[in-house]
Amino acid sequence: MNIRYFAWVRERVGVEEETIDVPGNVKTVADLIAHLKSLDENHAAAFEEDEAIRVALDQMHVEQDAALGDAREAAFFPPMTGG
Amino acid sequence: MTVRPLVRVQPEDFDVREETLRLTEGRKDVGALVSFTGLCRDEAGTLSALELEHYPGMAEAELVRISQQALERWPLTGLTVIHRHGKIVPGENIVLVIAASAHRRAAFEAADFLMDYLKTRAPFWKKEHFVSGSGGRWVDAKTGDTEDAARWTEKENRS
Repeated sequence: MNIRYFAWVRERVGVEEETIDVPGNVKTVADLIAHLKSLDENHAAAFEEDEAIRVALDQMHVEQDAALGDAREAAFFPPMTGG
Repeated sequence: MTVRPLVRVQPEDFDVREETLRLTEGRKDVGALVSFTGLCRDEAGTLSALELEHYPGMAEAELVRISQQALERWPLTGLTVIHRHGKIVPGENIVLVIAASAHRRAAFEAADFLMDYLKTRAPFWKKEHFVSGSGGRWVDAKTGDTEDAARWTEKENRS
């Protein structure tokens, strides 16, 4: 699965984008966050305040309890501050 | 007639006059036009620039989704949303929303709705850079913006 990060989440992870193998027991966005946190210290730091993190699957906003389904891209970012 | 919103996400500046003309030129059915321009302020001389990060593809898609919602909700004759990204210095434009309609209420409300939804749902993030040179700082999302956006669902629930 393709994973993208933006703003301070990107800075903490240290990469803009990466491809990861999603284990079979990872079914929801929350499962994916738990899996990413386990990868290394940078990921753990990025997702430390995981409740503050917003998620998009295939460029649509979703909640953290959403199923990953057939999504090809997940993006993680802080609350938006445009406008 | 189906109204198609004009949505652009771009690093370069926009011309408010040109965008206004696009919605009114050659038409006689537009009775009201509300335009909102968001600019970069210098925060009492302390801010040197804003850096606008965005999610390419989703930023455009989300602005189109929000515009479609506005078009379903108000009888608009035209709608334009332009958001810049990249480095923007104080005094420069950041965002433009123009709503055109036969009557003023729809135009005022649609422009207000667009800005409230855009701030909380369009994937853009601001980083402040300071004159003092001390590193950049990501702007925190404001609770007030979320409350402003919630006004529109409250209205829906009441009706």
